[in-house]
Parts: sequence; C-alpha cells; structure tokens
Amino acid sequence: MVHVTHDPIEPGQLLAAVASSDRGGTALFLGTVRRGLDDGPVAWIEYEAYAEMLEEEFSRILAEARGRAPSTAVAGVHRVGTVPVGEASMGVAVAAPHRAEAFALCQWVVEEAKRRLPVWKREILDDGAASWREE
Amino acid sequence: MSTLTIHCRFFARYAELLGCERVDVPVPNGATVADLVARVRASVPSGDRLPVHLMAAVNRTHVPSGHSLTDGDEVAFLPPLAGG
Repeated sequence: MVHVTHDPIEPGQLLAAVASSDRGGTALFLGTVRRGLDDGPVAWIEYEAYAEMLEEEFSRILAEARGRAPSTAVAGVHRVGTVPVGEASMGVAVAAPHRAEAFALCQWVVEEAKRRLPVWKREILDDGAASWREE
Repeated sequence: MSTLTIHCRFFARYAELLGCERVDVPVPNGATVADLVARVRASVPSGDRLPVHLMAAVNRTHVPSGHSLTDGDEVAFLPPLAGG
C-alpha cells in the first residue's frame, strides 16, 4: 500500500487493507483538519513532506507495529498538498483478534507517525495569512 | 585530508529561511552531522538563520547529530515535525 497521497483519504481502503476473518477488532484513526480559532478561522492547511522519506518511514513504523503484535494487520496513509477543513490528513487502521490490542496498537502507530514522519504544515487563515505550524 | 561531498536538502521553514531547497556542501573526511550543520550555518547564504541544533536525516533515516557522514550522503535538515 502506498503511504503518501495527494487525494482525499478513503477510510474504506484502509479498512479493506486490514480486514480478515481472524481479526475481530478494528480501530480506525483519522486526523482531520480543524477549523481552529487560536489565530483565526483556518481555511485550509498545506502539508509539505520529504516524500521519499515519508514513504519509507511510514513503512518502517508499520513494520515495527506488526513486529510488536504479529497477529495484527496495520495500514496507514498521509495526505500531502492542500487539505481543506473537515478532510483527513492522516489515516491509520489496525485490525487485531481483540479490540484492546487494536486500540493500543493504533494509538502507538499514530504517536510514532506524529513523532517521526517528515511532514510540515502551513496553516492558511480565512484572511489569507499563512504560517508554519510546529506542534 | 580527503573531502566528502554532502547533498543537503532543506524543507518547509528552513527552505524559506535559506531561499533554496538543495545545496552540495564539502566537509572533511570524518565529519558528523553536527559538523555539517556548522558548515552550512557558516558557508551557505543565510545559513546562520538555521538553529545550531536541529533534527536531521541521512539517506532518508533519522540520525543523531554525532552520526558520521559518507561521501555522497543526502542529508535532510528537518524543521520540527508536524504531521498527522
């Protein structure tokens, strides 16, 4: 599965990638662009990435996740380019035999992705002001 | 002493600060990532606008600042990450 896309994230594709009759619990995480109000209403976010490394690093994270829990299936994708408010910038799906494992591993993947993926976001407000957001 | 040629890449805010996304920088054999950062800050126009300590990746893998460089390495200077 490709881990970088310019297109809207399709949750159904993530769920299909981890589906199995042996796994009874599936967790899906979608990170979504918020309207936000800290500095003013957000119009959209432009995600810039070191695309080659993003692909490789996401693969490494998912491989590590499988290593932590071999009975699970994991999938993830990060969107780059312009992402409007209300649309997802990242999606992660984890399927496991039981729900506790699916929830825990999904959270682990999301936290690792936020800590390690080479992605930056430039927030564009309704008034046209733009700034890099580091968080 | 032989010289290594390092292919530097800059992203997001760092690319804006320097006004470029790529530059090749020579460093002495045995140089580390920290040495490269110091060289870039001293020799690349506006390089001193970069922080002294920053996150870096060598050949698309995160590395610590003490990582030793090899001729032809691609070193990415990574602003604080903000994915997800």
